[in-house]
Amino acid sequence: MREHSVRSIRRGLAAREFSAVELTRQALYFAERENPKTNAYLRLCPERALAAAEKVDERIAQGEDPGLLAGAPVAIKDVIVTKGIKTTCASKILENYVPPYDATAVERIEAAGGIIIGKTNCDEFAMGSSNENSAYGPVKNPVAPDRVPGGSSGGSAAVVAQGTAVVSLGSDTGGSVRQPASFCGVVGVTPTYGRVSRYGLVAFASSLDHIGPFARNVEDAATLLEVIAGRDPLDSTSASAPTPNYAAHLDGDVRGLKIGVPVEYMNHASGDTAARVNEGIERFRELGCEVREISLPATDYAIAAYYVICTAEASSNLARFDGVRYTMRSADSGTLAGMYRNTRGEGFGPEVKRRIMLGTYVLSHGYYDAYYLKAQKVRSLITRDFTKAFEGVDAVVAPVSPYPAFRIGEKVDDPVAMYLSDIYTITGSLAGIPCMSVPCGTTSEGLPVGLQILCKHFDELTMFRLAHAFEKR
Amino acid sequence: MALTEKDVRYVADLANLNLTDKEIDRMVHDLGGILEQMDRLAEIDTEGVEPMAQVLFEADDTATLRPDVERAPLGNELAVANAPVTSGGYFKVPKVIER
Repeated sequence: MREHSVRSIRRGLAAREFSAVELTRQALYFAERENPKTNAYLRLCPERALAAAEKVDERIAQGEDPGLLAGAPVAIKDVIVTKGIKTTCASKILENYVPPYDATAVERIEAAGGIIIGKTNCDEFAMGSSNENSAYGPVKNPVAPDRVPGGSSGGSAAVVAQGTAVVSLGSDTGGSVRQPASFCGVVGVTPTYGRVSRYGLVAFASSLDHIGPFARNVEDAATLLEVIAGRDPLDSTSASAPTPNYAAHLDGDVRGLKIGVPVEYMNHASGDTAARVNEGIERFRELGCEVREISLPATDYAIAAYYVICTAEASSNLARFDGVRYTMRSADSGTLAGMYRNTRGEGFGPEVKRRIMLGTYVLSHGYYDAYYLKAQKVRSLITRDFTKAFEGVDAVVAPVSPYPAFRIGEKVDDPVAMYLSDIYTITGSLAGIPCMSVPCGTTSEGLPVGLQILCKHFDELTMFRLAHAFEKR
Repeated sequence: MALTEKDVRYVADLANLNLTDKEIDRMVHDLGGILEQMDRLAEIDTEGVEPMAQVLFEADDTATLRPDVERAPLGNELAVANAPVTSGGYFKVPKVIER
């Protein structure tokens, strides 16, 4: 499994080396056997997987095109709904929730021949940077089992790194795809806001939420994005911009492309991480790119703005979990108010409660202007910084995280430190631009380091071309 | 900005969230630390800057509209299938109006 790519599977199926059913059985067996090492899957869905595989084999038998993802085992983060397959958001409050519909991205994956084999662990409602905030236990990093895989999409990064899926979907609100990709040594992509429909992604912060792919190489990530991207009438924020054929246009010269390195970012990174990122920047020079310093002056205020906006949106989005519609109701529900309060008090974990409280506070009477409105203005400034930078450069290159994967338990008691570690990823999220993490060597302890590439709105193609050239060198 | 226990209880009430005394203590400490970071927003000049509520891109005014075509709804049975308590195809909640 570890050796397979989307392309190698497509080729193997076409050459009749194996059938989709055979490969799916193998993938399910391997995932079940390996999962205790990481706790990355919350559940596998063999029936659905085998039914999808049979369809792929049928299409091939009838001489039809089985699709771009034909036969590829795909894992889905458990905040993305799957019809008939439990979707818990790694929360106790949704322990028994079985969605009556599929997310658009999930539908598109299966239409392209992809095989959904299971749902992955994550931070509860995608809130966290270490995957330690799951009601179902933390995920262990497959590269170093005493360390976190990053978060919140830790499970989706880990299954791809471990080889128990070929590609996976995560969700990224402030770095939740890129940071775990960097911690686990895989490719992780946050597309332009609006590029991928959010229909069926359980909402955390609607103006920041993205669905994004993980893969072991740039081509697979590009292929998966191509499949899930595009306008969806069920998400009014999805964009009607046409989706380029990414995977077919990865090759090609990157010579002459201009790359900006933000001075504000390089001040924070330390030790081996900074060393690897600097070597990465050097690699772009060797590829013929023109590297120059740029400035993103509002960066210092990004964390404050991000945590105001995302918690405010979270506090309203999570109001729907009230004991009425979604499976759990406290036994102590004698009155309506008691039902709300006790269900939520018993069902949510500590980090989710913290964010609901923060969001409620910043939106409360007398604080709205000082926090929420102010944060939205700062968000404009951060976006303006990027717009200005992209007048002079084609891409921005930066670290993903200030440090590599840390030990499980190391930062769990310090929410402020955990929030501050998102510094490099949240600026791109706030601006809504496409960004990705691509593997960039390891530290002296053998821990993966990721390099972040950010481009203009809807310019994933330049980002992928740069990442592809970088990966090959 | 320092938060008091009273503030925390008030916000928990607004959020319809039952917290234990131990959780309240922890919130006073954690929220205080985070708000200290958020208070840095006051330092930056945003005079004349428009608030950004949504990522915007070039699109027609009607780009967010979908064609007005019929679509089969979920149906009553499926719509309430995940509810903890139902009755006659409806969501059932504790009594709201006293006699």
